[in-house]
Amino acid sequence: MLAVRGVTLQYRTKDHLVTATYRVSFTVQESDRFVVLGPSGCGKSTLLKAVGGYIRPVEGEIVLDDAPVKAPAPDRVFVFQEFDQLLPWKTVKENIVFALTASKKMKRRQAEECAMHNIQKVKLTEFANSYPHTLSGGMKQRAAIARALAMEPRILLMDEPFAALDALTRVQMQEELLQLWQETRFTVLFVTHSISEAIRIGTRILVLSSHPGQVKAELKSGCDEAQLQELLFDA
Amino acid sequence: MPDRAELLVVEEPLGVWTRIWNIGAARKAVVLIVLALIWEGYARWLNNPLLFPTFLDTIKAFFSAIASGELPKAASYTIQLLLKGYVAGLAIAALLTAFASATRIGADLLETLTSMFNPLPSIALLPLALIWFGLGDGSIIFVLIHAVLWAVALNTYSGFRAVSPTLRMVGQNYGLSKAGYVTRILIPGAFPSILTGLKVGWAFAWRTLIAAELVFGVSSGSGGLGWYIFEQKNQLLIPNVFAGLLTVILFGLVVENLIFRTIENRTVRRWGMQM
Repeated sequence: MLAVRGVTLQYRTKDHLVTATYRVSFTVQESDRFVVLGPSGCGKSTLLKAVGGYIRPVEGEIVLDDAPVKAPAPDRVFVFQEFDQLLPWKTVKENIVFALTASKKMKRRQAEECAMHNIQKVKLTEFANSYPHTLSGGMKQRAAIARALAMEPRILLMDEPFAALDALTRVQMQEELLQLWQETRFTVLFVTHSISEAIRIGTRILVLSSHPGQVKAELKSGCDEAQLQELLFDA
Repeated sequence: MPDRAELLVVEEPLGVWTRIWNIGAARKAVVLIVLALIWEGYARWLNNPLLFPTFLDTIKAFFSAIASGELPKAASYTIQLLLKGYVAGLAIAALLTAFASATRIGADLLETLTSMFNPLPSIALLPLALIWFGLGDGSIIFVLIHAVLWAVALNTYSGFRAVSPTLRMVGQNYGLSKAGYVTRILIPGAFPSILTGLKVGWAFAWRTLIAAELVFGVSSGSGGLGWYIFEQKNQLLIPNVFAGLLTVILFGLVVENLIFRTIENRTVRRWGMQM
């Protein structure tokens, strides 16, 4: 469904040209929970942004359903690590309605129903009319996931969505994500630097080396922590 | 565990006076009353109505000037002029900011112009404006635009730049058009700064206008508040001068505490973007 072929990504800082990933290839199939695992600074977030269409590869191509990815679009919805991804001037419900109407996916009435349905799925019904700043970190991320799921994208792009949460909430959110996946079996591309999270979330795990990121191995689920540890930390 | 029976208060309503004292408006009212009392006392002790009229005389002059229609006429003239200048200033600021956000040279232009003209007090441009636009509303509106423009443009522009990259990416993700991106992401995202710009611009404009009217006074047959103050001073009607000043203060208070405060409470505070 999604094919990444020989993608090299570079970005400019003030006085450096940095290569983030070098000739990375992988394919994601329908209903995969595809995890990209790598140490900090291996270019995995940059890779995800490229799939999102925010960065153009300098080499290689990214193809979704036989069409090359050129720009950000609502068929690839992002969930970020940062809590400020919710528009602070809109309530939880309005945030979802905004996403659905801005992308012209639905009219307002229908969007409101769809929003409430998804809010209920992530157990935020009580807080539907709350502004984001009144919610806890975990609740904000749940709202962001509800917004992304409401869009029913071809592929959901998650950039370390639970990294800024405390350990207890993180485990809880991982469980909830898996439950949500059981319901609709959406396709998700999930980036993380946590080995345990990768094992818990992924049906397939792609391991990247550090700086610049290159594919080290691709594993099916059921691998153990020691194996991943070895892959990550041995040069 | 310590014995709970020794704990005297678990939860108890605060006393009436403590609760009233917790209301900001009540505390400020007390401050105002004390100031008025000091004023009254000092003026009576000085006993020189020509230099320093008492508080009561000023209030009397204030109400009789309102009743005679003189003060309302002057005030409405001033407000009209102010709104014209303010709105024109905002429109030009919007254009400049749009240009600055769209192109790099536009940003350079805005930054250069702002650093050149922002430190220049608008009133200093009045003599020049008088030569260019003659004795009339035109010159005053010109200096008002100068007073509003830079504060608003600079704050809006830096507000736009401070909108977080995550929010920007979210905006792009949902396929907003260029115009939709500006109106639905950038403007609300930068709203705290924009509001600051509007407030600063308003304060600059208000001061500039009163000063301009004082300096250059009447035009086309009717004068504003500044002119009213000037004229009353010439006739040595000092309580009326104080009444004019009081009006200027009252307008400042109303705009700052009612209008802008209400906007703030309904927007940036409610959204948690400002404490």
